[in-house]
Amino acid sequence: MPAHPVELRGVSTRFGQTWVHRRIDLAVPAGEVVALVGGSGTGKTTLLRQMVGLLQPAEGEVRLFGEPLASGSRADQLARRRRFGMLFQQGALFSALNVFANVAFPLREFGIRDEGMLRDLVLLKLAMVELGPEVALRMPAELSGGMVKRVALARALALEPELLLLDEPTAGLDPDRSAGFVRLIRALHKALGLTVILVTHDLDTLAALATRVAVLSEGRILAFGPLEEIMRVQDPFIERFFHGERSQAALARGREQG
Amino acid sequence: MRVCLAGDWTLRFLGPRLDALQGHLRGVGGGAGWDLSGVSRLDSFGAMLLWRHWGRRRPEGLVLPAELEGVFGRLAELGEARLEARAPYRWLDGTAQVGRGVFGFGRHVVQFVALVGQLCLDLVYLLRYRGHWPLLEISANFYKVGVQAMPVIALVGFLIGVVLSYLSALQLQLFGADVFIVNILGFGIIRELGPVLVAVLVAGRSGSAMTAQIGVMRVTEEIDALTTMGISRYVRLVLPKVVALTLAMPLVTLWGSSMALFGGMVSANLQLGLSFDFFLNALPRAVPAVNLLIGLSKGVVFGLLIALVACHFGLRVRPNTESLSANTTASVVSSITVVILVDAVFAIATRSIGLPR
Repeated sequence: MPAHPVELRGVSTRFGQTWVHRRIDLAVPAGEVVALVGGSGTGKTTLLRQMVGLLQPAEGEVRLFGEPLASGSRADQLARRRRFGMLFQQGALFSALNVFANVAFPLREFGIRDEGMLRDLVLLKLAMVELGPEVALRMPAELSGGMVKRVALARALALEPELLLLDEPTAGLDPDRSAGFVRLIRALHKALGLTVILVTHDLDTLAALATRVAVLSEGRILAFGPLEEIMRVQDPFIERFFHGERSQAALARGREQG
Repeated sequence: MRVCLAGDWTLRFLGPRLDALQGHLRGVGGGAGWDLSGVSRLDSFGAMLLWRHWGRRRPEGLVLPAELEGVFGRLAELGEARLEARAPYRWLDGTAQVGRGVFGFGRHVVQFVALVGQLCLDLVYLLRYRGHWPLLEISANFYKVGVQAMPVIALVGFLIGVVLSYLSALQLQLFGADVFIVNILGFGIIRELGPVLVAVLVAGRSGSAMTAQIGVMRVTEEIDALTTMGISRYVRLVLPKVVALTLAMPLVTLWGSSMALFGGMVSANLQLGLSFDFFLNALPRAVPAVNLLIGLSKGVVFGLLIALVACHFGLRVRPNTESLSANTTASVVSSITVVILVDAVFAIATRSIGLPR
């Protein structure tokens, strides 16, 4: 695997007349868990969507696994897309398919036809996200919010990705569930050696998961490094975000989990 | 026999060569010793492939590097996990299916009647509290289903008029009965074709939009949000649509019929040489005015039914895409069917009114 699975070079984003990002450079080292944080409307999710090619930056270049996302033949692009998995904020499960078919979908698309193998793989993926075979035949509409996220994670992991992108992985989960989900992602990160990029508002999650933090503010990356380093940076935004009373308590809770 | 594995045992690498590989694996009998120390990378796909080949247990004499223990540990934990078996099809299931269909239809009828009843109660309520009429929504819906539908209805109506007139003219010329084109077009379009044609167009255009809108509002919990604010979904969502379409349909029908007659008139002028002047003078003499009334009242009834059916199906949508598409389809199909059924009822009920003897 290349040293930097995701590299942003001079990425600028514009919505209408407002510039959301201004020449952002960011190289995510392999095997790290990188958290993107920033205030509301600083374009964290936008940046994540640009990494996976759902949005095109106005200027600059996104490189995945050392190459631009849209380079090479169609087959090359498809192969590149299969090297990462994304967990959407609302799960984005296919609501017409049951849990089993949702997780099996990328595997079937990949070309695995053997139904026995498919069944074992899907059940393994579900077991990896701590779901039993009894949920496999349920429809997404019959699942709780936490289960939807787990199934979505199982689907994102179906093709053994090297890179996992998580958009607000713990938003909408109660503290207990959210701690469980964080433990799950940590365990998977350790077991599979993934590179993880996550966008989060939740400082508990941040402190428990991230090995590095990138702070987005006023359209640029304010700081990028381990949490301890970030905490020492002198900046009004970081001051407000990390050093408030509530933030300190959340970070302490997260470190306990970590 | 001793099998030594080396290299990448990952989905990305094995996927394209899966068939050949499984052939090789089948060639390895049981009782072979396995050595995985040469494996550089192993993901759960590769592990699963081997695990299944080994019959879900570790073979004897397995040489497994420590860093691969985790993967096989997970597989061993999984054990013999099975999907719940689905009950096989039995010959009585077909009967049960029919029964479910009948009960399903019964539920539709009950829910539809409940919807109509609820709207009647809301109307009584609104008669007492005049200030609560959702006038803004009614006006917005009227614009959407009436005004914005005018171009497409004009185009379709005009072309149907042209075609009808042209085909009739060919036949009438044979008998030298050219002037009767006015009677054929007048009766056919004003009384029958205009209302039904417009109803089909409106069911496809506005009925589906209504179902989809209410359905999506259910999916995104907007209807629940309205309820918690103490706002009745029937007063705020269903009633404006029903009232607007009921009011708009006769006008749209008038517009559609006029355009169809205009198309017929143009075609008659070109084909038979009937002047516009003659056509317009002969029309009221050939077609009694009560036919227009019948056509417009059909418009009112069709509008009411299309809106009711659309809202009925919209409120049945469950929060998933499949249900949304199924209900939208059902909404359009049902409203067109209902329109044609009711049109037949109209034809029987009005058989002695406004027709030449």
